[in-house]
Amino acid sequence: MLDWQPLFLTFKLAFITTILLLIISLPLAYWLAYTKSKAKPIIETLVSMPLVLPPTVLGFYLLLVFSPNSTLGGWLNEHLGVRMVFSFAGLIVGSMIYSLPFMVQPIQAGFAKLSPSLREAAYVLGKSKWTTFRKILLPNINPALLTGIVLAFAHTIGEFGVVLMIGGNIPGKTRVASIAIYDEVESMNYAAANQYSLILFAITFLILLSVYLLNGGYLKSSLLKNSKHD
Amino acid sequence: MIDIAIEKELLFATGKGRLQIAFQLEQQKFLTLYGASGAGKTSILRILAGLMTPDKGKIVINGMTWLDTVNKINLAPQKRNIGFLFQDYALFPNMTVQENLLFALKKGQQKNPIKDLIELMDLGALQNRKPTTLSGGQQQRVALARALVQQPKLLLLDEPLSALDGSMRNKLQQYLLKIHRTYQLTTVLVSHDIPEILKTSEEVIVVEQGAIIERGTPSEIFKNQTSFTIKGRIQAIQREAKSVKLTMVVGQEVIDMNVELATAINLSVGDRISVDVLQPIIRKDA
Repeated sequence: MLDWQPLFLTFKLAFITTILLLIISLPLAYWLAYTKSKAKPIIETLVSMPLVLPPTVLGFYLLLVFSPNSTLGGWLNEHLGVRMVFSFAGLIVGSMIYSLPFMVQPIQAGFAKLSPSLREAAYVLGKSKWTTFRKILLPNINPALLTGIVLAFAHTIGEFGVVLMIGGNIPGKTRVASIAIYDEVESMNYAAANQYSLILFAITFLILLSVYLLNGGYLKSSLLKNSKHD
Repeated sequence: MIDIAIEKELLFATGKGRLQIAFQLEQQKFLTLYGASGAGKTSILRILAGLMTPDKGKIVINGMTWLDTVNKINLAPQKRNIGFLFQDYALFPNMTVQENLLFALKKGQQKNPIKDLIELMDLGALQNRKPTTLSGGQQQRVALARALVQQPKLLLLDEPLSALDGSMRNKLQQYLLKIHRTYQLTTVLVSHDIPEILKTSEEVIVVEQGAIIERGTPSEIFKNQTSFTIKGRIQAIQREAKSVKLTMVVGQEVIDMNVELATAINLSVGDRISVDVLQPIIRKDA
């Protein structure tokens, strides 16, 4: 009988990571799309680093930073009682950093593609930046939002190196599906590994397919109109 | 009254340069900023709107200071209460025509102006359409209506008709004049279309390389231009006390014009004619 817990944990991680990422990526992508600050290339580079950096490098540094012996890790442990290393909380932080570019880049591109006159028209009509963001910008980048959400979600599901480094392999806490597969293969249990793999394969395929169908305009839906004029 | 004197480092068509202009404009005038692309006309408009900040200068509108770089005053575009028409219409694609107009309302503002504008701009049938389903001319009519919802006193038009074809342009020019008069607006138009300027404007400022090189009425400014003719067919001829009213079909547009008796003597309904806009010369076409 297959142990469903790693799969459950994987989707719980992906779900929480995606929501938190969306919350921090919206202002970050907005800033990157419109800023004239000289710091922009530096921030852009940092956001994109997880695309090219081996996940183990990221995981290794997170491990150092969050270790109870380090300043930050010790402080978190002492004052908030949060242990980031080998815990689900640590996995979430690691996943957020790891999937950041997958959320930020599509949203930033979505903002940048909008005609600047849309924002300016709203300003001239006396609308605040916040109202303009909510009522004008966000509703017109729906396809970009969907792409960011789905890519971040799918990418978190596929995560391995970061999780292994800072989460380890604790059943029910940090043992996500990708780790479980590795573990089952290590113990020559190919049948179980195959079951996990097949499920992940099918689910990620379906998730990505739905994005291409929606954003490509293959489905008749309310998103169709937006994506066509994106 | 508009009182503006500003300076800004800009990138012109020919390279880096300085936009340095100063002018005054009385209320309820229709002014055109005329000049080649990249001369700085649009920048002047954007500086007036607060969408661009000059390096130094002062803008005073009807006694109210919008910008004063010496005293560090720079009113946000949100606070300037102007109507601004963009070249690409800038309608919000996620909203219907009606929602675009409703969005333009100030907090707590009555909806009455919207009703009037829908009527004035003939938008009744388009209210529930999304902007992307409208033609360019229809979109610009909606944009014009939206710019007037808050009943601004100053209307800024950034080459609003340049993307439209001939007959559509004619029609929009009529709308522009109609709203300019109805709402007693002070209107500043950026344009390099001379027939358009002749039809709409009372004053022209010629901008070149970021500086004002000439100012006057359209006929003064363009007196040395060769003729601008519009061609059409006479639909009706109506004799009035001292003149004749010609009703002419130009493209899909109907234009009325008063000519002297002598000019109209050889004309009859159905004739194809060319009219010089600068001097009222009418020529019968074969």
